[in-house]
Amino acid sequence: MNPQTILLYDGSFEGFLCCIFMVYDQKIPNAIIRKESDTNTQLFTVTEEVITEKHKATRVWKGFKSKTTRNEQLDFFKVFLSEIKGVENTLLNYMQNIFTKKNNRNIDFSNKDILKISQVARMVGREKHRMEAFVRFQLTKDNIYTATVEPDFNVLPLIVHHFKDRYADQQWVIYDVKRNYGIYYNLNTVETVTIEGFSRKKTCISDELLAQNETEFQKLWGTYYNNVNIKSRKNNKLHKQYLPKRYWKYLTEKNSTL
Amino acid sequence: MSFERIRQKLSILADAAKYDVSCASSGGKRANTKKGLGNNTGFGICHSYTEDGRCVSLLKILLTNHCIYDCAYCITRKSNDIKRTAFKIQEVVDLTINFYRRNYIEGLFLSSGIFKNSDFTMERLVAVAKKLRLEENFNGYIHLKSIPGASDELMREAGLYADRLSVNIEIPTKSGLKLLAPDKKHDDFIKPMQKVKNEIIQYKAERKIIKSTPRYAPAGQSTQMIIGATGESDRDIMYSATYYYKKFNMRRVYYSGYIPVMTDSRLPSLGTEVPVLRENRLYQTDWLLRFYGFSVNEILNDTYKNLDLDIDPKLSWALRNLHLFPIDINKADKKVLARVPGIGMQSVFKILQARKFRNLDWSHLKAIGIALNRAQYFITCNSKDFYNKGYDSDTLKAKILKSSNSKYKKYFNQQLSLFS
Repeated sequence: MNPQTILLYDGSFEGFLCCIFMVYDQKIPNAIIRKESDTNTQLFTVTEEVITEKHKATRVWKGFKSKTTRNEQLDFFKVFLSEIKGVENTLLNYMQNIFTKKNNRNIDFSNKDILKISQVARMVGREKHRMEAFVRFQLTKDNIYTATVEPDFNVLPLIVHHFKDRYADQQWVIYDVKRNYGIYYNLNTVETVTIEGFSRKKTCISDELLAQNETEFQKLWGTYYNNVNIKSRKNNKLHKQYLPKRYWKYLTEKNSTL
Repeated sequence: MSFERIRQKLSILADAAKYDVSCASSGGKRANTKKGLGNNTGFGICHSYTEDGRCVSLLKILLTNHCIYDCAYCITRKSNDIKRTAFKIQEVVDLTINFYRRNYIEGLFLSSGIFKNSDFTMERLVAVAKKLRLEENFNGYIHLKSIPGASDELMREAGLYADRLSVNIEIPTKSGLKLLAPDKKHDDFIKPMQKVKNEIIQYKAERKIIKSTPRYAPAGQSTQMIIGATGESDRDIMYSATYYYKKFNMRRVYYSGYIPVMTDSRLPSLGTEVPVLRENRLYQTDWLLRFYGFSVNEILNDTYKNLDLDIDPKLSWALRNLHLFPIDINKADKKVLARVPGIGMQSVFKILQARKFRNLDWSHLKAIGIALNRAQYFITCNSKDFYNKGYDSDTLKAKILKSSNSKYKKYFNQQLSLFS
């Protein structure tokens, strides 16, 4: 019996694509792809570390692109960002499926991998949309609109465009305290940053760093939020369904002191 | 600016505007030009939700709650003894910009009580939109209320800066309007609607020839009806909704369950429960008409004047037309699939794609996500099991109700007990 091969990669999307390259290059049957960070050795397996090489990743992605639509490519990337344990293997199966099929424009929703991909992509898409909605900027003294978030999935790469297009004339930072990195727009480009001051334990911006009228505007927003509620239609279940409690920590209107 | 003063005004004028249910920020595509502020991708974003479960996407306020009219259903009517106030134009602009920059909102929804006369009021609303667009280079969403009776010139200008314009018809029937808003004329509502509709048609025609024609209200117009205030039937409501959709190319008609806010012998008394379930059924019907290819007289007609509250309108229609079922999931065309209770448009799309690869059975349908508890009685698929056993519609309804767990159960349980 051939032992199963476990491929370990550095956690980046390119690293993952290199694993797929390796699967094809060395014709590895039933490979399992894992992040380096969550290894656990099993009996009767061979573990190999895959080195991320840009040209290999590009080759795989180019091949994938020639066989798929833009939406399928985006879904693939979204599913990768979900960081769900074992999702790499679903993606591998899916990609193998794509590479073997003849050009066919239809999507087979009765295939379990394809259905899974489309479902997870939707989950990630929803989280992306929530981030576009629930980011709350606070203006700091150095004139940067700053927000901290803690998304379920690693969606910051997906929301860059939205915020760059929308807030083109102001500097902003959106910081993911869970994954400890953020995106910063300097009026020209968006770059990835790590900020010392934030961590999972310290998620908010201290008051002395805020711009002069910042708290006043936050209070106004709180006032508005409280006044648009219609008490005779109270529906807590629906409220929490749309606005799950885990996001409340970062929402100005849920923390305004009135 | 004095924040305390603004805060007071905001609390009064936001409170008065909240009964307008329109909150859409979608449909008006607008790119961010010249590195200005904001854009609109055509998809709305709900930035927050209030405790009643409604979304907050726009800064929805009145410019003023002074009003010369005395409409019985309206909280800002002349004879109501409440605090009156008004925003300055610059104050609204500042609020909008500062809220927008913090990602609180998608844009502004500005309405107003009518002070002095229609044109005087409309002029102010247009001035706010103009200032936002031209001075602040703001490309977010702007929804302006068309004031009944406003002149054509002002309506033309309004559409150049706003994404959406709306006139709330409020009362679905002419007789109801006469009863509750005696000093408003039906024609005053129609006039701005007609103007906006014509302008949009003209814009679309001109744009084909000259690409740089200034855009006119890209998100179209909408209207709102209060339900449960004058005893109108669901048929009346949906027929007038259809009329507005067809006649004025409305993007949306909103249905707003009447919330008793004051005592008036012509209206339901204070403490009457808001008809949320009825509201929901009307929206479902609205969707069936717009996306599922139903026509209004199939669902509501002289025999069926009101929608069933305990089951959704599509199921109700299917139970009345059992002779059309069962249909074969693997053969039926799109229009027929869309008419099966428990199958939404998303599932229709997935079924159409998936069945090109293989004949679908129950497990596929379940994975695709259709509501089998209802759908199973109306379809056959690639399986020897089938659930359509020639039940009559009453038995079938009872069977479905028994197996379903509606969030609205508490409402119709009460109603059943009335008759038992």
